[in-house]
Amino acid sequence: MTLTTRDIVMIALFAALTAALGLFPPITLPIAGGVPITAQSMGCMLAGALAGAKRGGLALALFALLVAIGLPLMAGGRGGFGLFLTPSGGFIIGFAAAAFVIGWLFARHSGEVPLVTSIIYIAIGGIGVVYLFGIPWWAYTAEQSIAIVAGKCTVFLPGDSIKVVLAALIARGVRRAYPGL
Amino acid sequence: MFDLYRPGTSFLHRAPAGGKVLALAVLGTLTFLTDDIRIIAAGLAVALLLYPTCGLTLKNAWAQIRPTLWILIAIFIAQVIFNTWQLGVFVVARFGLLLLLAGLLTLTTRASDMIDGIERGLPFLRLLGVNPAKVSLALSLALRFIPVLAQITKDVREAQRVRGLENSVIALAIPLFVRTLRMSDDIADAIEARGYRP
Repeated sequence: MTLTTRDIVMIALFAALTAALGLFPPITLPIAGGVPITAQSMGCMLAGALAGAKRGGLALALFALLVAIGLPLMAGGRGGFGLFLTPSGGFIIGFAAAAFVIGWLFARHSGEVPLVTSIIYIAIGGIGVVYLFGIPWWAYTAEQSIAIVAGKCTVFLPGDSIKVVLAALIARGVRRAYPGL
Repeated sequence: MFDLYRPGTSFLHRAPAGGKVLALAVLGTLTFLTDDIRIIAAGLAVALLLYPTCGLTLKNAWAQIRPTLWILIAIFIAQVIFNTWQLGVFVVARFGLLLLLAGLLTLTTRASDMIDGIERGLPFLRLLGVNPAKVSLALSLALRFIPVLAQITKDVREAQRVRGLENSVIALAIPLFVRTLRMSDDIADAIEARGYRP
């Protein structure tokens, strides 16, 4: 795997962007459970859609590394290696896989990806893949059945859907304004 | 640095970062291998004692738990409903222990020391075909980018407020991304212009 200097800078940029999205004042929607919806999971969606599979995946892997070494970069100022051992751990790893999958799906098109298609792609990665990693680890660490945890995660789905659509719109706008990606 | 480090001179502060990470990984794994609440309780007591021993307060310890409190409560309730309250106590206690141990690492280790430790551990990456210098560059760049991004976000937000667009996420995000992408291209050029060949 060869990485140019530009690749490295972009990997660092999208890792930092994901971190910055956690610092963003959360888009507070009063939803069930009182769980604040933060912009953070949009980091993996945008990294995949804009930086591509390799750079996007590595950017979120770098983000996970930064969290692991103790920087308070997860939404709400959380950080540290311990997070990986809590239910959040699977989600952090899932972000990297999701960015990779989204980037790979987008790379199947040569021109502009139609909006609906890109919404589907981002949903596959940003919701499907993230929970594919997040739910089993949550279930394992909390000693609960997968079904129960999956049921709890439905609370996040409305927020996730909004983020998917937003990410698709942002990705389209950025690609149009900055075609050199 | 904007890390969570609390300065001090205790033995944990002086211990090498790599050793502490390794110890945490081993202890963290051990907590998943036991199903004896007494071992977890003993671990909790030791971890809580280590906080004042290392010049930290119990408030610091609580700060490790508090952000995850709602998850812990949700897990406990679910365990009581679907399993037993004993299992609920056990799972929550194990989480508490993990968070406290990880907090000890985070609070007694500078992020910069952690990065140095990682960079020293990186050469093994060569065996996997990864260039450690590139990983190291990406790490330092990402750390530098975070405050820069916060600044650019502020600038764009101000500019959009003038236009009455401060509530539009898209009107904020697109210029933010375009600006940062342009900046990253410039940085890549600048790095190459200085003859950097990792």
